[in-house]
Amino acid sequence: MGSLKRNIGAALAAPVTAAAALIDKPLRAWQSATGTGGMATFFLAPNMLIFGIFVLFPLVVNFVYSMTGGTALFLPDRPFVGAEHYERLLDCTDYTDPRSCKDDQFWIAVRNTALFVVLQVGLMTVVAMITALILNRDLRARSFWRAVFFFPVLLSPVVVGLIWRWILQREGLLNFMLYELGGEPVVWLTDRFWAFAAAVGVSIWAHVGFYALILLAGLQAIPRDLYEAAEMDGTRPGRVFWRITLPLLAPNLLVVIVLALIRAVQIFDEVYVLTGGGPGTSTLFLTQYIYEVGFASLLRNPGLAAAASILMGAVLVVLTLIQLNLSRRNSGKGGGR
Amino acid sequence: MMKKLTATALAALAIGAAGIVPGQAGDVRVMWYSDGVEGEVIQDILNRFMQENPGINVILDNVAYKVVQEQLQIQLEAGQGPDIARVTNLKALADHWLDLTPYVKDPDYWRANFGDQFDWMRPDGSSIIPGFMTQITLTGGFANKTLFEQAGVELPGPKATWDDWAEAAAKVQASQQLPAAFAIDRSGHRISGPNVSYGANYIAANGDPAPVDDGVKTFAKKLVDWTAEGKHSKEVWVSAAGSTYRAAADDFINAQIAYYYSGSWQIANLSTKIGDAFDWVATGSPCGTAGCSGLAGGAALVGIKYTKNPEDVGKVMDYLASEPIVKEFTERTLFLPAHKGVIAKGGIDFKSDDPNVKAALNKFVEASGEILPNAAALPAWKWASAYYGALVTRISQVMAGELSLEEAYQRMDEDIADQVAQAKK
Repeated sequence: MGSLKRNIGAALAAPVTAAAALIDKPLRAWQSATGTGGMATFFLAPNMLIFGIFVLFPLVVNFVYSMTGGTALFLPDRPFVGAEHYERLLDCTDYTDPRSCKDDQFWIAVRNTALFVVLQVGLMTVVAMITALILNRDLRARSFWRAVFFFPVLLSPVVVGLIWRWILQREGLLNFMLYELGGEPVVWLTDRFWAFAAAVGVSIWAHVGFYALILLAGLQAIPRDLYEAAEMDGTRPGRVFWRITLPLLAPNLLVVIVLALIRAVQIFDEVYVLTGGGPGTSTLFLTQYIYEVGFASLLRNPGLAAAASILMGAVLVVLTLIQLNLSRRNSGKGGGR
Repeated sequence: MMKKLTATALAALAIGAAGIVPGQAGDVRVMWYSDGVEGEVIQDILNRFMQENPGINVILDNVAYKVVQEQLQIQLEAGQGPDIARVTNLKALADHWLDLTPYVKDPDYWRANFGDQFDWMRPDGSSIIPGFMTQITLTGGFANKTLFEQAGVELPGPKATWDDWAEAAAKVQASQQLPAAFAIDRSGHRISGPNVSYGANYIAANGDPAPVDDGVKTFAKKLVDWTAEGKHSKEVWVSAAGSTYRAAADDFINAQIAYYYSGSWQIANLSTKIGDAFDWVATGSPCGTAGCSGLAGGAALVGIKYTKNPEDVGKVMDYLASEPIVKEFTERTLFLPAHKGVIAKGGIDFKSDDPNVKAALNKFVEASGEILPNAAALPAWKWASAYYGALVTRISQVMAGELSLEEAYQRMDEDIADQVAQAKK
């Protein structure tokens, strides 16, 4: 049986070995001519090319767009306006009051996004943590429950939005249940408070499984003997959580928070389907503002949309740098442990 | 080089999003959206065209209205897109339409029968033949007659005002425990007829947008008040931000409102979906202080100037614009025709067993005589879109309690001025 496996393995490896032998000589020649740095460049080039075409080039084009005006879509047809769009976006007498800003919709979107980020990331981290702690216990049908919590992550955001719209609309499932229980129906999606709460809640429901999975992986990596030692010492469960679980879970928690932050700033699809940004502008977030201005309004303003997306990109860069910095610090700590 | 690269990237994006690939030689691609049954009707007609013209393969791409509104422009700006498109944004994209004059058999036939609407869909001062209106529409109301009868409320008469309709519908709402008395589609176009009926004029002497005037303010205040009182459906207008379009047709079809203000294009939709569930009637437009005006408009079939097959496009357009085909399309889709000859000859036999349909169509024909000059000028006015967008965005914010009416009027003027300034660059 063993020799059969070996023979099959050798037969499968033969073409790879032959191909490796074929390119071995030219690669060695290339390496001796260019050194190891040249080889690294050679192997990185395809990735860098793809990155350049699909990320860097659009980024540069977007920045150039933000410096141009008019409604034409072609860059050569658009007049240069310098920082006009940035001036418009940043023109406020009081940044805490969107109504004092020239582009009030942009600042409403900024305010809504900031509030959404704080609430959604905070609540989602707590819910993900609780979910992970529960799923880490010796439950009956544990794998089933893990799949149940992860399932919404697999759904398209549009489907998530449509499902919850069906539940929360005036004639929806929730109001039907309320009515059956003798309560008064509530028009959830036209009330400013409830619509915002729904946006936060639905977003948490859709994504919490992913973050719970990250935390679950962290929980399972904590050595069991630490808990056994704590148990032998008679340590209370709360103290075990604060002194053992939380500190050792910190790297995973950090990843969860930063990833959730970046994703929350970009929130769009499920909320757009669920509330359309309403009632009024109470769930209008930055990405929807950019989409409306650049693509959906009857007279489009691609330059303004590009400028807003550059500003949003700057926020995301800051968040990413914080993530990198914290990750580096954490890995430093981990190395010394 | 830069232009070519950007064009390719934009076209790839838009085409990818719309799922449409440019036509091959011998193919004529038509981008089409449907409000009712017209997608099936046009496919049937095109099948017959292809049988009669075996060398031309017409591909009908049935897409959502949103695709036409949001993605067609990107394709056109990139010099791509279909060969023919059915559009409602007639004026703003007029630079992209093909001049059919050299490609149709008899340009004078086109001018004589469709010429009245050419200015709606060609750049100011141009004399091209860009296409033809597949239907003329007129905004107007529909009442759920059964609900009015059940409530014991009489339908307001022909010269009833907006206040009369709001009051009557509110009585039905109270009696029948409806969530709202009436609804107007969330659209700047839809409230422009009522605005004009209260004396609004959007167009300044130089052709640019005029500041928001008392006509707009009067109807805007009424609409906001009705919404706050629970008479006008809050859900339709408040449930979105920006200028997003929301129709209230489903609320009417499900008998959740007693009165619905939309337009003639809804007739086939209402007839199909309501069936014999209840009786409904078209009412024309309620009156304001200046008149009882609706707003005309419609959808046009236009050739796209980037087509590789202009001759074939001309043949397809000639066929679809021919008198018997326009008559057949009109009768089967329950649309109002734009073809002067078809209208003049009369004898249109709308194909519907629904007794509500013919009465509704007759009512809209009758109501077309009520269009005020300030409303009649809007379909051919290039800044209409800027005005409509500002109206919807800001009035919705007032309804949601985010702005006062005075702040909204000021913002409307600023929004319109900003958009016009951008477009003029």
